Amino acid sequence: MRRIVVKPEVCMNCHLCEVWCVVAHSKSKDIIKAFLYEERKPLPRLIVEESRPESFALQCKHCDEPDCIFACISGALYKDEEGRVLHDESKCVACYSCIMACPYGAIKINPLTGKILKCDLCVDLGFPPCVEKCPNNALEYVEVEIGAEES
Amino acid sequence: MRYDYVIIGNSAGGIGCIEAIRELDEASSVAIIAAEKYHAYSRALIPYYLDGKIELDKIYYRPPDFYEKMDVDAYLGVKAVGIDVSSREVLLENGGRIGFGKLLIATGGRPFIPPIEGLSGQKNVFTFLKLDDAIGVKEAISGAGSAIVLGGGIIGLMVAEVLRRKSIEVTVVELADRVLAPVVDATTSNLVQEKFAENGVKIILQNTITKVVGEEEVEKVILKDGSELPTDLLILAVGVRPNTEVAKNTPIKVNRGIVVNKHMETSVEGIYACGDCAEIYDFVFGANRVLPLWPTAYVGGRVAGFNMCGRRREYTYATSMNAMHFFDLYIVSAGLNVPNDSDEFEILCTLDERRRIYRKFALKDGQIAGFILAGRVDRAGILLKLMREGVNVSEFKDRLLKEDFGYVDLPEEIRWELLGDKVKLGVVYEYEHGGHGRAACEGRCEGHEA
Repeated sequence: MRRIVVKPEVCMNCHLCEVWCVVAHSKSKDIIKAFLYEERKPLPRLIVEESRPESFALQCKHCDEPDCIFACISGALYKDEEGRVLHDESKCVACYSCIMACPYGAIKINPLTGKILKCDLCVDLGFPPCVEKCPNNALEYVEVEIGAEES
Repeated sequence: MRYDYVIIGNSAGGIGCIEAIRELDEASSVAIIAAEKYHAYSRALIPYYLDGKIELDKIYYRPPDFYEKMDVDAYLGVKAVGIDVSSREVLLENGGRIGFGKLLIATGGRPFIPPIEGLSGQKNVFTFLKLDDAIGVKEAISGAGSAIVLGGGIIGLMVAEVLRRKSIEVTVVELADRVLAPVVDATTSNLVQEKFAENGVKIILQNTITKVVGEEEVEKVILKDGSELPTDLLILAVGVRPNTEVAKNTPIKVNRGIVVNKHMETSVEGIYACGDCAEIYDFVFGANRVLPLWPTAYVGGRVAGFNMCGRRREYTYATSMNAMHFFDLYIVSAGLNVPNDSDEFEILCTLDERRRIYRKFALKDGQIAGFILAGRVDRAGILLKLMREGVNVSEFKDRLLKEDFGYVDLPEEIRWELLGDKVKLGVVYEYEHGGHGRAACEGRCEGHEA
């Protein structure tokens, strides 16, 4: 499965990944319309960790053994057939069990709804814009090899 | 009937087990037996349902076609009353028997009802474990003006909040000298008590109900100190005890709960247990104990499922963990609940009284043994991860108190080790971080040959 990995040594702390995440989850999918006109501009679903001079983006790793799904009391978090960890907002009750469980701290709280926000790998767009638009290739969308399991 | 795998219990543990079995084995026969007639629903959602935050159709934990998709025979509304270990059969209340190759006991808990004089099945008395209770309470709420909740634990307080939001006069009666005493420290209890007081919920501490008055319905309760309180509703939320009934008169070892090893197997080979009915290994506590928590039930069931299929897995990272919220106050606690005046542990804490934000850590030998976040719980899972991995935090311990604590606050070496791994229930997989293939970047990057 393809996942987003980070190359912190080339991250410039420009936050463009956040900008394009917002655009990707906006109604119009247009940067100008999204930022200027959309009443409820989406929030970025990734986190840019920074402590100068260091910085790197962090998003859901779509774990093989997702603690967030195991902790979810409502069934709102689930794995799709391709292994992506997705969130059905209509089932979320904002209990934050996933926030407690996610080892990467990659699940965010949406201050507008109180529910959670997480990376969906831009399922509908095919390729994640945070990766595509990163000007210095600090994010990559790659087939991540997971060691063959012993049986 | 005989099945390769039989599961007793239809909640987090049972579902976790089914999902694990079907990941590895699509062919074997699987049956689930549950005393309640409902499709797999989430008990943890009952307060949200009562509150009207979700409709009844959202209380179901898995889609309606779950059993068909998983190819599982579901015996719902059928109570398992015993196990014949020698013939490997589950005995049903209706006289039937269901044979098994491997068995999981995930029967959950049952409400503990303290001895109270005069309690005799009055119709305005409720516990909070079954969906039928919830549906009953929802009806009873509509006409009620006052309610008494016995028990200031998570469930009792959640129900008190819901009732209060429906403009009911609510009184919580708690035996300890503070609410939530088993799961959080005194500072956090104070924050919670303040929150309830501000919202007009009365909390009576160090007291309990000794007697109820009323035949058809409870009309008033009499407390230990002699005071009398009239009420329209009585909610009993004192606690939950492991429901181990099915293991009675069997060689399966039962202590407080059904005792299991790290493979979730009981003292009888091929019979597993998980969830609120079991006693599992708590890695912080360093011994087995009952951990009646949703995530540990699910993962316990999952680990059991793998082992039942012959894939050896250990559940090595279970410990106490709670995500809870009362009105707008969110709290996450995990590990050991250590008082602030402990001699045995190093305590780090910070309380912002105005914003009601609290962070507290109990360290032992440089490792996190327990923590509490209140008011702001963002990224709490990183702390659980540090605890599970046994990371020595001495070098950066002061940073743990930062509200926006993140991976960037960890020394680089630890940071990338934690961020790079793929932990599969104790089995660590390694993968390459290295160069991306051509397919991945679709030729947009420089330096790739055609």
